[in-house]
Amino acid sequence: MSAPLRRRWLALAGTAAALALVVGCTSNTPQDTSGDSTGAAAVPGTENDEPGDTVTIGFSAPAADHGWMAAITKAAVAEAGKYEDVELVQAEATNDVNLQISQIEQFINDGVDAIVLLPFDGAALTEVATQAMEAGIVVVNVDREFDDPNAARTTVLGDNYGMGVSAGHYICEQLGGTAGAKVAEIAGIDSLPLTQDRSRGFSDALADCGLEVSNRVAADFTVQGGEAAAANLLQAAPELDAIWNHDDDQGVGVMAAIENAGRDEFFMVGGAGSKNVMDAIKADNSVLKATVIYPSTQAADGIKLARLLVQQKAMSDLVEVEVPRTVQLYAPVVTKENVDQYLPTAFES
Amino acid sequence: MSEQGTSASASARVPAADESARIEKTGGATAVDRRARNPLRGAAGRNLGLVIALVLVCLVGVITAGERFASIDNLMTILRLAAVLGVISIGMTFVITGGGIDLSVGSVIGLSSVWASTLATQTMAQNFHWSVMVFTALAVGLGAGLVNGVLIAYGRVVAFIATLAMMVAARGLAEMIANRQTQVVRVPAFSDVFRLQPLGVPMLVWIFAVVAVVGWVLLNRTTFGRRTVAVGGNPEAARLAGINVKRHTMYLYALVGLTAGIGGVMFLGRTTAGSSTNGLYYELDAIAAVVVGGTLLAGGRGTIVGTVLGVLIFTTLRNVFTQNNLSISAQAVAIGVIIVAAVMLQQRIAERSRAVT
Repeated sequence: MSAPLRRRWLALAGTAAALALVVGCTSNTPQDTSGDSTGAAAVPGTENDEPGDTVTIGFSAPAADHGWMAAITKAAVAEAGKYEDVELVQAEATNDVNLQISQIEQFINDGVDAIVLLPFDGAALTEVATQAMEAGIVVVNVDREFDDPNAARTTVLGDNYGMGVSAGHYICEQLGGTAGAKVAEIAGIDSLPLTQDRSRGFSDALADCGLEVSNRVAADFTVQGGEAAAANLLQAAPELDAIWNHDDDQGVGVMAAIENAGRDEFFMVGGAGSKNVMDAIKADNSVLKATVIYPSTQAADGIKLARLLVQQKAMSDLVEVEVPRTVQLYAPVVTKENVDQYLPTAFES
Repeated sequence: MSEQGTSASASARVPAADESARIEKTGGATAVDRRARNPLRGAAGRNLGLVIALVLVCLVGVITAGERFASIDNLMTILRLAAVLGVISIGMTFVITGGGIDLSVGSVIGLSSVWASTLATQTMAQNFHWSVMVFTALAVGLGAGLVNGVLIAYGRVVAFIATLAMMVAARGLAEMIANRQTQVVRVPAFSDVFRLQPLGVPMLVWIFAVVAVVGWVLLNRTTFGRRTVAVGGNPEAARLAGINVKRHTMYLYALVGLTAGIGGVMFLGRTTAGSSTNGLYYELDAIAAVVVGGTLLAGGRGTIVGTVLGVLIFTTLRNVFTQNNLSISAQAVAIGVIIVAAVMLQQRIAERSRAVT
């Protein structure tokens, strides 16, 4: 079938096209779409990006009180803007679960096709998300999981345990089994499950090469918290070989403390993947040698998946007919060698 | 303003303050006389201004969002969102009318919701009755309010400082109890009660309605209400008239604490989870709603109807903004502007109603 004909097909009947797509998807290469980019608003990607039925997506996320969270919303809005068949209804960003619940209720009343929800608190939003699912709305849960798997059709998650493992493996590689190497860890908010997962992954990975965390402090994801925690850490540990800092936002403060102390006998690995950290890795003129990504594009992926779900398309690189239940993103290590690959998706902190 | 309402002996020792208060009082009294002659002026006139503002907001909603705005479902969404804020605003109306202020209500909501959803409380609720959770939250709210009241009335701590301390301490205590984690409610009987919709109206809205009616009767039709106005208007005169000002002040803070406890229960019902972050910044929203509603921040005049209208204006505004898909930052700016505009408009109306007659 010729490309323009196929596009019209999709626009007319998403349901029927879904089956046809599965056949076409397996042979999905960039050359395949380069021919039919005329008039298509979406970036040349897969044939899934071709305009279909208009999809109204409600989007709600917590307040952008740190760089990563701001990037979440920005990336989601930008992604929705790439599709002429996506109409994004954005709710006021809030850390008040009461307000966020009423936003979802409003989406239900409006009869949106899909809801992409990064809840301030997964457990608190479970009830209303279940109501949305019962009302026939596709709910895509991002980052913070609901209490009940039935409250969402698909969940997009980062990999906190994997972040720790990636950071630990990188430090193992660099220290090459140096016996008795001193490794420090600057965690985020210690009581959060995500911080506990990261730390668990980190010590598991270090244990594989016979290392362990010799000094551990916790900050609170803020610049001033990072500065205070790092200053104390550097006082307590006069000689270090490596530091893993969980979060690049608080890393700004950590770097300030390191510079104030005039220390450079160790190397540092960051977390989350902010643009200024990646720039520093690229410039290679500080102790920052690597960072582990916790993708800030999760909600953007949520938007893409919501659109596919409503248009009843499949993920083009999978044989599976339906969009998967859970998509867990990988936590790669960014170093000087591969930083250019990740810079475009880095977030401003 | 707060010390004027809460510490009668202080204003007695300072003649100037006492005198100015007496002048204010006489001014207020003549205004009341004038209002009595023309019922459309005064309180009714002020509420009319709020009704007009609410109608305007709704009109904008209907024009911009059409049937999506003007539907029963959307009305219920607005009312459900308004319910928690509404309940604590009723309590806040009493404290502010009585010449005080309470900055701790948001934190007390968090504390009571956490306390009522600990494993121990939930196990008890499971074994005995779901209402154990309700009573726990109410007791915590009442207790926190009593501590505030005793500190302010008998400990002579300025209301602003005492409740500021409670705001910080209650939030900290909530974090300690919950270990900063979310406590999911696993008592089905409790959650089911809040899923009920008698006469098609959600439970949260019923609670708001009942609290509002009880609050109106209490303020306008009982000795307690008249004493509140007297204590807020001129504590020294109230004391001379035989009112136990200290005890009454303590009651007022206990009352607002109780409404915060009710707010905690409502949070639990709505979110099916207790969290130390529940109710963050609600004290500011409540104070804004009360003052926009027409209650004097200096005390001595309070209106429950105005408060309810103030809460509804805020919540409807939020709803209209979301319906129109407006940018997140623009919403915050607009809400700030509207608070100032509403208060200024209301002052104009109040002045004109005094000048015309």
